[in-house]
Amino acid sequence: MKALEITGLKKVYKGGVEAVKGLDLSVEEGDFFALLGPNGAGKSTTIGVISSLVNKTQGKVEVFGYDIDTQLELAKSQLGLVPQEFNFNQFESVIQIVINQAGYYGIERNLAKERAEKYLRQLDLWDKRNEKSRHLSGGMKRRLMIARALVHHPKILILDEPTAGVDIELRRSMWTFLQDLNKEGVTIILTTHYLEEAEMLCRNIAIIDKGIIVENTSMKQLLKKIEKETFVLDLPANSEVSGLNGFEYRMIDDHTIEVDVAKKQSINSIFAQLSEQGIDVLSMRNKSNRLEELFVGLVNQNQQKPGAIS
Amino acid sequence: MNMRVNWVALKTLYVKECARYLRIWVQTLVPPVITMSLYFVIFGNLIGSRVGEMGGFSYMEFIVPGLIMMAVITNSYANVASSFYSTKFQRNVEELLVAPVPNYIIVLGYMGGGVSRGVMVGIMVTIISMFFVDIQIHNIAVIISMVLLTSMLFSLGGLINAIFANSFDDISIIPTFVLTPLTYLGGVFYSMSLLPEFWQNVSKINPIIYMVNAFRYGFLGVSDISLFNAFGIVSLFVVILFSIALTLINKGVGLRS
Ligand SMILES: Nc1ncnc2c1ncn2[C@@H]1O[C@H](COP(=O)(O)OP(=O)(O)OP(=O)(O)O)[C@@H](O)[C@H]1O
Ligand SMILES: [Mg+2]
Repeated sequence: MKALEITGLKKVYKGGVEAVKGLDLSVEEGDFFALLGPNGAGKSTTIGVISSLVNKTQGKVEVFGYDIDTQLELAKSQLGLVPQEFNFNQFESVIQIVINQAGYYGIERNLAKERAEKYLRQLDLWDKRNEKSRHLSGGMKRRLMIARALVHHPKILILDEPTAGVDIELRRSMWTFLQDLNKEGVTIILTTHYLEEAEMLCRNIAIIDKGIIVENTSMKQLLKKIEKETFVLDLPANSEVSGLNGFEYRMIDDHTIEVDVAKKQSINSIFAQLSEQGIDVLSMRNKSNRLEELFVGLVNQNQQKPGAIS
Repeated sequence: MNMRVNWVALKTLYVKECARYLRIWVQTLVPPVITMSLYFVIFGNLIGSRVGEMGGFSYMEFIVPGLIMMAVITNSYANVASSFYSTKFQRNVEELLVAPVPNYIIVLGYMGGGVSRGVMVGIMVTIISMFFVDIQIHNIAVIISMVLLTSMLFSLGGLINAIFANSFDDISIIPTFVLTPLTYLGGVFYSMSLLPEFWQNVSKINPIIYMVNAFRYGFLGVSDISLFNAFGIVSLFVVILFSIALTLINKGVGLRS
């Protein structure tokens, strides 16, 4: 079963901005899916259309088979949304916000209270339940949005940059939380600017740029596409490398070298050659996230396409 | 099943709306009580005693129903206008928009909140008026039904205003430039029979005339206008404004880009 099926989606905002230009996307039930793209690519617009906060200009959206044009209320019931921007009533308390949201989904008050407690405890907000939402920290507000989105037990959860402005520790606990949720069968779609996050969590990925999908594949396939990786090696001071057979390399300074390694090459040979020259490798790291390079590559390609710039 | 879901959603929204104005009672309930007490003292007691009779009653007796109505009108309107606008402004209206709440439930929920505040203020003002005048009741059914219809009508008006509003200023434009003049010219302070015939006819396009007169009839048993017309016209306005509000929300005016 498809959790989400989008075909030919177009969105032109008033004033003429073409935010989404014919987007097709399909997400399987149970998937953990990443929607990646630079600022202004159209991620939030797409999510807005799915969750009926944005009117679409053209195209078709189905959530678990329910068309948002003809079966909107059923489509909405399947879906939980964690928006990019905070959108609480500043004057309402944490627990009130969650209970009211449950009420809008038709959940009776007693059950709503139970569920609110469950999710607020899980997200470590129970102690703050009587606090007004405006008195929460940024990270707490993010978690409150997650609790609010889950209270009606949606089959698909869409999170628009859930970890923006969230510290590393909290980010990790959010990841675990989302992974557990996914294991329980909830389909998850998230947008993020942290590629590491997408690589870590998601099985499938779509990259969107200027309102179109430029890549849509599994994370594994995507990583396979990476042709070469660059490693940075720290060497003792005043090392002189007299050549590395089969590798492109650059001396950055007298104790740092960058080596490009192609997909099937073994890095053992680098070490062997360096130790023959009497040079120890003190430490080694990836120059940058491999996915990041690929991402930049794909987005650049798209920008060079005729008509892509508009 | 679906009816149940909608009922719970409506209840949630209604309770939330009532909790809002009760929470900020100093801004919502106290001011009308003070204003209306001043009206009673100044117009009723001080000036009223010199005005003499109006429509066969002491001036105080004559204006009390109109003043209650005035409080109901302004408070129903203000409640929905400011509540819905701030919900829109803070974007927490999205909580409603993502949920499977039919739009007519949204309209009913906000209207319910406005009616509730209007009626509550109406009751408080009525109680205060009892310190100034012996209230007589001619027809309680007319009083209750007219108060409900009026507060529905102005709650819907407030909702429509908030849907179009783009700033907090916008929600005071209609009350200042439309509502206040219509209310003052709506027969609260004078009997229409005092006006030259031409102005009597002009007054008849002011819907507030109908509400005030029907309401006054409920207390005093006199009206410048036929009750049948009053109920017909006010009900018609309620239906029209309800449809307008619903259509606007269906289209997502001011809510969805
Ligand atoms: N309400 C709006 N009215 C007009 N234009 C808009 C509106 N919302 C977004 N846009 C425009 O649509 C384009 C896509 O915006 P969108 O918010 O979907 O991007 P995004 O991929 O979510 O970016 P980010 O990563 O920065 O959140 C941008 O050019 C933006 O300026
Ligand atoms: Mg965005």
